[in-house]
Amino acid sequence: MGDLIQAIVAKYNYWIYITLMMIGLYAMIAKNNLVKKIVGMNIFQTAIILFYVSTGVKRGGTLPIIEHGHGGHSHVIHAADYINPLPHVLMLTAIVVSVATLGVALALAIRIYNRYNTLEEDEILAQIREE
Amino acid sequence: MVWPLDLAILTLVVIVGIGAITVKDLLGAAILFGAYSFMMCLLWSIMGAVDVAFTEASVGAGVSTVFFVAAVFRTSRRTKD
Amino acid sequence: MKTIGLIIAVLTGALLIYATADFPAWGDPHSPASLHVSPYYIEKTIEETAVPNIVTSVLADYRGYDTMYETTVIFSAGVACFLLLRTFRRKEPEERLYRHVLTGVTIHAKRGKLPPSGDFERIDTAWTPPDLIIKTMCRLLIPFIQLFALYVIAHGHHSPGGGFQGGVMLGASVILLAISQDLRTAVRRLGEKVDALLCAAGVFIYAGTGALCLLLGLNFLDYSALVRVLPCDPIMARSHGIFIVEIGVGIAVMATMIWIYCNVSSSGEYDEGL
Repeated sequence: MGDLIQAIVAKYNYWIYITLMMIGLYAMIAKNNLVKKIVGMNIFQTAIILFYVSTGVKRGGTLPIIEHGHGGHSHVIHAADYINPLPHVLMLTAIVVSVATLGVALALAIRIYNRYNTLEEDEILAQIREE
Repeated sequence: MVWPLDLAILTLVVIVGIGAITVKDLLGAAILFGAYSFMMCLLWSIMGAVDVAFTEASVGAGVSTVFFVAAVFRTSRRTKD
Repeated sequence: MKTIGLIIAVLTGALLIYATADFPAWGDPHSPASLHVSPYYIEKTIEETAVPNIVTSVLADYRGYDTMYETTVIFSAGVACFLLLRTFRRKEPEERLYRHVLTGVTIHAKRGKLPPSGDFERIDTAWTPPDLIIKTMCRLLIPFIQLFALYVIAHGHHSPGGGFQGGVMLGASVILLAISQDLRTAVRRLGEKVDALLCAAGVFIYAGTGALCLLLGLNFLDYSALVRVLPCDPIMARSHGIFIVEIGVGIAVMATMIWIYCNVSSSGEYDEGL
């Protein structure tokens, strides 16, 4: 029982991130409205970014900006004092790509609305079948 | 890392995320999505990822929410589900 | 559909939670993600590039190739939005609406244009009177937002920030102008063609710096080749190279945010905004 509590305390963060990802995945599959699907896609993307950034956290580490960095090369830098900056770099790209994808997805939704006059998926499919 | 703060913000994020996909008004969903982005920014600031938090605050809680509201304005606002 | 979605989500979630049994504990300093490449970046960034912000130096120097393609992705998203939505109307609408500024009287002018004078302004069918408080406050705020955004771009070496964040804030300042007043006002300040050319110019600055380093003798995007052009030593040349590409990224991101907003909020017609 003791190490079950230990395991839960060490890992509960990951479980909450997985819950967020599954909320986004459910919205993308099961919702009828197109804008709700796009909101679900963005929730999924930010949850994955959260998961990646959390793999770089170190207990006792500080921000990835070198202190006393201006003049002196005289300080020895230990890698264990700073948190891992590599996931941050990759996730900066991911955030900017997600906003680009959001722009294109909303443009597509506006075009679909102009053509079919509704944004509900079942009504769009019914109109396509009638043509 | 202060764990009660972390747990509180994570619970709020899950609640706001479920709310953003459940409300029947699309403008409300867009605003709740902006709140969700801002909570994510707070989480990353707590973890020490300040560059990522800055980008998410400006992109997610700023420009993304504006795009959503503009698209909802151009299409319809009510939804049945 | 909802039950299928629920089953899929629960099943995938259960599989992922089962897989977390193999993960290192949260916040472990000896997890494998922090042991291989990133200690090199943390320890060597000051003596090789003289930039204290490790994220900026890795983003623009050590992994600069990825960032160049990310800028290209942003540009292509702007082009995709433009190609999807933009319509050029072949014929003029039948009547134009003009409003006399002093008295508020609206005139429908059929098949003719009123000569432009200060007394009449052109409005659209979805026109609402702009609120004086919002208009004045936004006009006072926008220069300060732009100044802060330029500070964020320029100070990205020493503080959190950099090209993306500053570029998004610059774009947000023009979007604020379009929201608080009129889309026509914002398009008059920053025209559509200039915006598209700025977007391409940002990508060109980034790739052009890389090609310049190639022409000067070293690898593509190896900024220490810039010692032939700039009067400094190779370490400071890398720092200045990072600054130049951050400017390119900022310009591209700003232009794309404005472009996507103008296309989405007016459905491509550029007459009425939000």
